[in-house]
Amino acid sequence: MVKEIFTESIWELLKTIPDPEIPAVSIVDLGIVRNVEFDNNKLNITITPTYSGCPAFSFMKEEIIRHLESENITNYQIKTSLAPPWTTDWMSNDVKSKLKEAGIAPPSHEVVCPQCDSQNVQLISEFGSTSCKALYKCKECSEIFHHFKQI
Amino acid sequence: MAKDLLYQYVLALGDDALILGQRLSQWAYKGPFLEEDIALSNISLDMFGRANLLLEYAASIKGNNATADELAFKRNEREFSNHILCEQPNGNFADTMVRQFFLDAFYKLFLQKLTNSKDEQLSGIAQKSIKETTYHLRHSSKWIIRLGDGTAESHAKVQSAIDNLWMFTNELFEINEIDKEMVKEKIGVDCSSIKAEWDNIIDDVLAEATLRRPENTHMTSGGREGIHTEHLGHLLSDMQYLQRAYPDAKW
Repeated sequence: MVKEIFTESIWELLKTIPDPEIPAVSIVDLGIVRNVEFDNNKLNITITPTYSGCPAFSFMKEEIIRHLESENITNYQIKTSLAPPWTTDWMSNDVKSKLKEAGIAPPSHEVVCPQCDSQNVQLISEFGSTSCKALYKCKECSEIFHHFKQI
Repeated sequence: MAKDLLYQYVLALGDDALILGQRLSQWAYKGPFLEEDIALSNISLDMFGRANLLLEYAASIKGNNATADELAFKRNEREFSNHILCEQPNGNFADTMVRQFFLDAFYKLFLQKLTNSKDEQLSGIAQKSIKETTYHLRHSSKWIIRLGDGTAESHAKVQSAIDNLWMFTNELFEINEIDKEMVKEKIGVDCSSIKAEWDNIIDDVLAEATLRRPENTHMTSGGREGIHTEHLGHLLSDMQYLQRAYPDAKW
């Protein structure tokens, strides 16, 4: 029971760490934190990269360490897992609305303009300012926007 | 199974990703237009990410506190075992896209098979990478079609790139003693088994792009054995300069 309360508080702590490139959502929202467990007084946190070349990944790891140590947690290990590979299916609807509010079209097969909800959109580039986003233009409201790629 | 064989197998895959990533990064700030500049840098980053995963794994097999950085920055040309195609110069944009298209089509098929590897680490890396390669292949295929079916000049340039790079494609499907052992152990991929499918992908795209597949080309290889073209040394001298001049320098 104590362990459950403890892991729950760690999840809450990790939820306060924003994604460095999309600060509207946390690293927990994105599904980067895969597991939190407590084993013989040692805290094990498992994280997974969104894209293998994501330059923000090592920064996220440093942020986790900084947050843990600011809570005086010193006995921990952070593991990286690759399988199962990260997928946008791990994002909840709540997280998708947060992305939309931040002007980023959430992952979906049908790309919808986050500003005017039109589906009359055009792909400009499959590769946006970060690995996880593609660049689109809305033909209705002329807004250029990012789409969080569905993978 | 000898640990050394697995090390060499993983190292070769890591070298492919590292050298191709380095080549693509040389386009940064010089792309033909902004979006494409970002696309090439993104693909480069994916390759560096893949190289990092593979070289870290290779370093862990090697032991003795070996690191991925040491493998990347402190080996000489003859110790690199990447496919020769990966090290070919960027040339013009068509040269880069043809190199990328040939390799993306190969990685798509290769990684698909590698996801079934008995080695959990390799299977995990393959499951992660194949999602990225699917994007890369879509991007490079579209460019081959656009350039081939574009203007007379773009058509001529992309056809010339295909003719010049074709000689390096056979090496992708060769299998050496290490590959044979890895296939036997159900760890590695029998590359000769994906040649027919690769041919299909290439033929379909070339047909749509109104381009011609070269015939009777002399084929060359040797990368897996450390025999490279003159281009690799220049690439390494640039990539390794800082670590050679100031060993173990950190940001």
